[in-house]
Amino acid sequence: MTQAQTLFDKLWSLHRVADCGDGVDLIAIDRVCIHERTGAVALKGLEASGHGILDPARVFAVMDHIVSFRSGRGRDEARSPGGEVFITETRRLARKAGIHLIDTDDPRQGIVHVIAPELGIALPGLSLVCPDSHTCSLGALGTLAWGIGSSQTEHAMATGTLRVARPRQMRITVENSLPSGVSAKDLALHIIACFGVSGGQGCAIEYTGEAVSALSIEERLTLCNLSIEFSAFTALIAPDETTIDYLQGRQYAPDASMAAAAAANWRQLHSDQDARFDHEIRLDARDIRPMVSWGTSPGQSIPLGSAIPADADQQALDYMELRAGQSVDNLAIDGAFIGSCTNGRLSDLRAAAEILAGRQVAANVRAVCVPGSQAVRQAAEAEGLDQVFSDAGFEWGASGCAMCFYAGGETFPPGSRVISSTNRNFEGRQGPGVRTHLASPATVAASAVAGKITSPADPLFAA
Amino acid sequence: MEPFKTLTAIAAPLAIDNVDTDQIIPSREMKSVSRSGLADGLFAGWRYTRPADREPNPDFILNKPGFEAAQILVSGENFGCGSSREHAVWALAEYGIRAIVAKSFGDIFYTNCTRNGILPIVLPGAQVDSLLSAPPPVELTINLAAQTVTAPGFEASFDIKAFPKRLLQEGLDPIGLTKLNLPEITHFLQADRQARPWVYSTAPESD
Repeated sequence: MTQAQTLFDKLWSLHRVADCGDGVDLIAIDRVCIHERTGAVALKGLEASGHGILDPARVFAVMDHIVSFRSGRGRDEARSPGGEVFITETRRLARKAGIHLIDTDDPRQGIVHVIAPELGIALPGLSLVCPDSHTCSLGALGTLAWGIGSSQTEHAMATGTLRVARPRQMRITVENSLPSGVSAKDLALHIIACFGVSGGQGCAIEYTGEAVSALSIEERLTLCNLSIEFSAFTALIAPDETTIDYLQGRQYAPDASMAAAAAANWRQLHSDQDARFDHEIRLDARDIRPMVSWGTSPGQSIPLGSAIPADADQQALDYMELRAGQSVDNLAIDGAFIGSCTNGRLSDLRAAAEILAGRQVAANVRAVCVPGSQAVRQAAEAEGLDQVFSDAGFEWGASGCAMCFYAGGETFPPGSRVISSTNRNFEGRQGPGVRTHLASPATVAASAVAGKITSPADPLFAA
Repeated sequence: MEPFKTLTAIAAPLAIDNVDTDQIIPSREMKSVSRSGLADGLFAGWRYTRPADREPNPDFILNKPGFEAAQILVSGENFGCGSSREHAVWALAEYGIRAIVAKSFGDIFYTNCTRNGILPIVLPGAQVDSLLSAPPPVELTINLAAQTVTAPGFEASFDIKAFPKRLLQEGLDPIGLTKLNLPEITHFLQADRQARPWVYSTAPESD
């Protein structure tokens, strides 16, 4: 009898081309995704070295990081001064290399981690890399996906492989059901806050348990997305019928001639009963509450209604202009942002719109919603969500990474306090001196209406 | 890439945890599709009191007397976490940093260092703390072959995998190296195309 294997073990063996010694394997890479910010430089590097791309048909270039999020933007319009060159260079280099190009005006355009599932670029059992740390999102489909640097991207494109040290493995089992009003974002922030930003250091994490199985694919993408903020190598959720149903008919998913064989293959991709992990964490979903970050690291997060810890980091408190022991509830905000690869999908927009319907953003708050992809935007508009956001006083943007990070150009003013559905509350992440509080889309919407950090469970929002 | 043998240089202490790549090189400092021209933006948010006009912040370690020639950084846990941007490593290398000693590193950053001639060294917390609390400036000697870090009254050894060690020591091109595995890669692809045909059905003309 063969030894019980984890999902990760199965994916790793499926892709192992050679043993390089010392715990390092040569791993076959099925898909490379790149974006204009860190991918164009890799294409340029390959051009200069003359190495060439092994299989251009399995490389996808997407414009998302620096594109303007202004509705009606021009084809080369960037959101930061001088940013156009990233767009024009990516287009030129991608065409020359013969790889897939999903350009700014393509109806499929959007944030790479949002469109990779939408288009079936990411599939269960595939290995996928991208020079972007949030690539771990795609583990939600059972894809072995992780973020790399530009040099490794060149390596993956040139050789179809990467040399990778086999990571340790962790299983996080979330038992029971999440309380109503508690989202995948809250679950992820809860995990990082409980076990620290280094809690998953160097691990491939498999999320499992009743609460995880109950999540939609969009929610699973949110949970896996934040695993990099937990220092994980990557995250995985075993593909199930939810996954197989989600992928049906997507552009790059297996066509009718191969769908049954693929699905049969995917159904084998789960951890065996007695599989062993290096680390095990068990959580009770019923303990989890809506979360908000108070500091400058995603681990510095607390449940709404509780106090900042007494031993809170002073540099973070100073930057955020807060005190230990203080609650962040009712802190006045200047800005609210909904979007990003973390929470820019249709279900995120619906959750926010439910709060916003028939209500107004507080007078002194600038509120912005940027759908994660043009497909999300179109679907939201078909349901009239754009009208809900606009009527409430939200700006409605064109898809891209937008205000998740500052790249120059327009943003919230220095010193402003912003509640954001994004992934990083680092110093200056959303602009010089901007103070970011991470939260779920529902909490962002509730806070935007109240003008201060507010739980969506507040009586103000009782139906 | 310049081969890494031994290095004796001033070590600048950055006594905080979770130094993220947004701090090392803010996105607004990435101005062209290039690996160069980034040193000026290194730690821009901390190094300058007014980043726009490059007014140096006298309180930032690299601006303090005695640290102008620092080629080593010493920091806490999870150094280089956050964004995968290799620009952080390119900025450090262009500035002149050749080694970083920390309690732990972000995985992607660690790998990026080893592809660009910067040696990332993980030491136990107590050893890092003793370096961070030593009267500055400290001069460290790093020997990659022996895997040691030494200073007067300080001696530590560190682990590094054989492959990144070789890349650093010899300044090798990893792509050229992997191309030696092409027969195995070709063999893998032939078998995999049979086993998982749906992996290979993404021709660009279907765009």
